[in-house]
Amino acid sequence: MHIPDGFLSPSTWVPAWLLSIGGMSYCLRRVARILKEKMVPLMGVTSAFIFAAQMLNFPIAGGTSGHLIGGVLAAVLLGPFAGAIVITTVLTVQCVVFQDGGLTALGANILNMSIVGTMGGYLIYLGLRKVIGGNRGIIAGVAVAAWASEVLAASGVAVELAISGTSPLRVALPAMAGVHMLLGLGEAIITCSIIGFVLKVRPDLIYQPPLPEAGQEEE
Amino acid sequence: MKKKHLLFGLLASLLLALILSPFASRLPDGLERVAEDKGFLEKGEVKPIIPSPIPDYSWPGLKNEKLATSFAGMAGTLIVFGISYGIAALIKKK
Repeated sequence: MHIPDGFLSPSTWVPAWLLSIGGMSYCLRRVARILKEKMVPLMGVTSAFIFAAQMLNFPIAGGTSGHLIGGVLAAVLLGPFAGAIVITTVLTVQCVVFQDGGLTALGANILNMSIVGTMGGYLIYLGLRKVIGGNRGIIAGVAVAAWASEVLAASGVAVELAISGTSPLRVALPAMAGVHMLLGLGEAIITCSIIGFVLKVRPDLIYQPPLPEAGQEEE
Repeated sequence: MKKKHLLFGLLASLLLALILSPFASRLPDGLERVAEDKGFLEKGEVKPIIPSPIPDYSWPGLKNEKLATSFAGMAGTLIVFGISYGIAALIKKK
């Protein structure tokens, strides 16, 4: 769902750029506080994997294809702030090097996928993980969050298209959310398979949210 | 993170790009599908603002389309790895 140049009006893409710059500088500051040595290579590998996986479009119904976005995958491994930075890095390289997504629309693409999709998805994952607990909580949280992150990000696109006057919200929102409810299933299946694999071989790589007080974590 | 696992992750990503990316679906994605159905696809057909070195994931000058995609994918995987690792290392240093 990389928005190309031309879909968004300046009255939309300029504020989207400002919001995403603000969001990313906040993420960088937050990551600086918690970054551990082992997260440095993990950030590199996670973004390399997500870039490669984003090239692998799979066909779904109705002559449409989709690919992993990977926001929830990144956030589950690295936390919401480093996860958002990873997705932003991928989106920026795709835009500048590969002409995938417009330069004017990059701010909106970061806003939709890195901030709304990744950080919003992470909140859903964290909530479910806490309620259900254990590895089952992680997998259930990942499944729902990965699906929801697609729908949330797609709804963001619809809102931006509507503000730009490209397509009215009553047309764009059901269409975008509808297609991505289907594509979200792919996101959920792929993200669950990878996190399931990580849980088996290197469970220590799953990001552990900082605890507000001791004794609240389920594991 | 152990070196072995780091290399495994990077190699797996490069292999995805090398072997699978040429066979990815070329069908329009969710947004393109909606743009086509709702009649605003042509709004996106504007000249890019900056020239990209590897437009549309196709290594320039390579006649074989599948090979061009593989090369572009591997290059992108390495570029993204380098930048992300670099950003993380910079944050860590601070």
